Amino acid sequence: MTMAIPSFTVETRTRASTFSAIAVIALLLLAFAAPFIVSRGVIQDLFFILTMLVLAQNWNLLAGYAGLISVGQQAFVGFGAYTMFGAVILFGVDPVVAILIAGAFAVALAIPTAFFTFRLYGPYFAIGTWVVAEVARLLLAQWKALGGGTGTSLPRDATRDMMGVGFMRDLFGMKTSEAGDALTYWLALILVIATIGFIYGLLRSKQGLGLAAVRDNEQAARAVGVDAMRMKTFVYLATAFMTGLAGALIYVQKARISPDAAFSVTDWTAYVIFIVVIGGIGTIEGPILGVIIFFLLQNLLADYGSWYLLMLGLLGIAVMLFAPRGLWGLFSDRTSIQLFPVRRVLKGGPLNLTHKGGPHG
Amino acid sequence: MNWLDTILQGVLLGGLYALFAAGLSLVFGIMRLVNLAHGDLIVLAAFLILVLATTLGINPFVAAVIAMPLMFAIGWALQYFLLNRTLGKDILPPLLVTFGLSIVIQNGLLESFSADSRRVFAGRLESASVNLGPVTAGIMPLMTFFSAVAVIVCLNQLIYRTSVGRAFRATSDDPVTAGLMGIRPQRIFAMATGLAMVVVTIAALYLGTRANFDPTSGPSRLIYAFEAVIIGGLGSLWGTLAGGIILGVAQTVGAAMNPEWQILAGHLAFLAVLLFKPRGLFPRAVD
Amino acid sequence: MALIETRGLTAAYGDFQALFGVDIAVGTGETIAIIGANGAGKTTLMRSISGVIANEPASILYRNEPIGGLPAPDILARGIAMVPEGRKLFPSLSVEENLLIGRYGRTVDGPWTLDSIFGLFPILKERRSNPSTALSGGQQQMVAIGRALMSNPDVLLCDEISLGLAPVVVRDIYAAFPRIRETGASIVIVEQDIAQALKVADRVYCMMEGRVTLSGRADDLSRDDIHKAYFGTDHHELA
Repeated sequence: MTMAIPSFTVETRTRASTFSAIAVIALLLLAFAAPFIVSRGVIQDLFFILTMLVLAQNWNLLAGYAGLISVGQQAFVGFGAYTMFGAVILFGVDPVVAILIAGAFAVALAIPTAFFTFRLYGPYFAIGTWVVAEVARLLLAQWKALGGGTGTSLPRDATRDMMGVGFMRDLFGMKTSEAGDALTYWLALILVIATIGFIYGLLRSKQGLGLAAVRDNEQAARAVGVDAMRMKTFVYLATAFMTGLAGALIYVQKARISPDAAFSVTDWTAYVIFIVVIGGIGTIEGPILGVIIFFLLQNLLADYGSWYLLMLGLLGIAVMLFAPRGLWGLFSDRTSIQLFPVRRVLKGGPLNLTHKGGPHG
Repeated sequence: MNWLDTILQGVLLGGLYALFAAGLSLVFGIMRLVNLAHGDLIVLAAFLILVLATTLGINPFVAAVIAMPLMFAIGWALQYFLLNRTLGKDILPPLLVTFGLSIVIQNGLLESFSADSRRVFAGRLESASVNLGPVTAGIMPLMTFFSAVAVIVCLNQLIYRTSVGRAFRATSDDPVTAGLMGIRPQRIFAMATGLAMVVVTIAALYLGTRANFDPTSGPSRLIYAFEAVIIGGLGSLWGTLAGGIILGVAQTVGAAMNPEWQILAGHLAFLAVLLFKPRGLFPRAVD
Repeated sequence: MALIETRGLTAAYGDFQALFGVDIAVGTGETIAIIGANGAGKTTLMRSISGVIANEPASILYRNEPIGGLPAPDILARGIAMVPEGRKLFPSLSVEENLLIGRYGRTVDGPWTLDSIFGLFPILKERRSNPSTALSGGQQQMVAIGRALMSNPDVLLCDEISLGLAPVVVRDIYAAFPRIRETGASIVIVEQDIAQALKVADRVYCMMEGRVTLSGRADDLSRDDIHKAYFGTDHHELA
């Protein structure tokens, strides 16, 4: 059989995205070099931005793409952080290795959590996830070996002898504390790249299409063979893993933990929700824009204490009402710029309807 | 340890949780809206009662009666001008807007009243108790419980015996056809939320007189209310009372074993119900 | 003077236009039938008049007042009640409650009360406490008509009341219409059953693809004219 396959292709790439790919590579090189260029204070700020971005991308994947609106992601931050502390303090594991263990434990917590909370109808799912986070907090507050309700600190030598720190000290002539900050920063950078890469890859894949179908109309998606429950469970577990990694990493850097801080709904869920909503829910660019705005606002208004949170709440409400696709949505609608296009565009042709292919043709 | 006493205290505590939950249940039943700021609105009402009672020098019960129409107006306006805009097929906007509202109320209260714990004083009633054979019950817990029963009786009368109640149910079934009957769903929703805030005020009175509260007490009140609703099963106010009682008993029994286990025991009871009866203990047959 | 009049009424659901300039008029005390195949725009017309769909204000006049932009409760308050397609009873309400809610938005004294509705449809009195979901299709249709009458309307709009019902049940329901006419109300019925429509109506409008293709007195129209207007001339062979 002659192959008269017309030359049209399905693409998600746009010109802006090709340009942005080059810009991103340049930006990444610069980002990796940052510890040699900027001060330790800036590195700590960047670490905060990067880890919040990981949390925001994950929540965005959950709520914006899978329709799972969780207000209990602090469960995985806190559980990941406590797992890391437990592994380091009780078993003498290297903190970097303990971060990976923390990711696995977060998934282990996510399995029963999904089992319980997926039974709850839409809006009640949100509060159900919160209850699970509270249960985890209350249980860990009972664990006396990790300081109970008041918490504990990582032993100094654990962070000092952390994998790679000695190497960096010798190679780059850094002080131990500088090397520690640079290491956690690089890990955060890698985590951001991996998270965005994973989400972008997922959304461009066949599963990503299924996910969009589930979000838009679960019954219709099921009718065409998309297993909604499996997709949602997969996304839930994947985000738990990445959120657990981020939680552990944040607490390697903080080196001090308490149940109230590690399971804080404000720090690990409210801020994250505002970042995503203000930036633009349902886009990969939104959380990136959101985290930058959030960081600027925090530096500008941090002295105003609860006024700052109050204002953030009002801003979130206003965006939800008047620009439900966030600031990135506004920008993207006006300019049609997409840095991470996931929409499929049919290119080339002409569409040759007389073409006869085999069953796989 | 006196088990009978523990269980009685738990049942009476359940009345408070049913009061927390009744408003949530009412609003959800009529417009499928879950208000994540519900707990913070309870705390807001408690501060309102506190301010009225201290500035006017009046009894907190009188203050609550004054607070009721104010809270009704707040609820009505909140629904009519803000939350009605978020209702629709997508559950994301109402959840995120009420979550934002929760943060706004909490931090507004923090700015106005600081983070200090407060309490509403109910005078001699606080220490009064009655002897019920082998056990004694405080007057305030008893009043809480019977207020919960009275609230549920009144709400059921309203929903099932009045013209407004028929409009509530009709709007819940089908807002478009309700419009053809001359019902304005936007106003029905506003009235329902206003009514929920009247119940919230009653809940706040007993929250404030029973224990300390501060601006950040809201979220756990929301969680207790939610657990009572889910344990009882959606769509039935008596089920919500039963859910509140189960939650209250689980908490007092947990606390009797170890004071640190009170809250945890309540959550575990909730998870157990979710495990064995995912639709709650008393689900409505038609929903 | 017409009681209700539409002037160049257009309506669209998003990109899909359902009505292209419809002109109809209903006089006081008159019974009008609107016939047409599925998708002709009959239900859209009913939903436009009753305020479920918002339109250009001046495209619908009631007693010479532009009402096209008013929401459903305001339309009902002026005395136009609708029996919606598919009956749309409230499942949470009993039969009696479904009737009572018909006067939620308009309480005027008139011939119709709970008792006179029970007089019109005696079976409903027996089943007054049942949930509306427990009734047969025909009984549900009686509740839907009774519910609309409870507001003592000046105009009763009935959308596809015979849809899905057995012919004998349809006959029973239409048997009530002379009593409704006696009260002086205008009636607009939308029907796919042409014979039934011609029997009950003074005048008939036939619609096709969002336009009125034929109108006239019920007894003046020939079968052939109706078939042409109903199916279009191209499809004449189908008739």
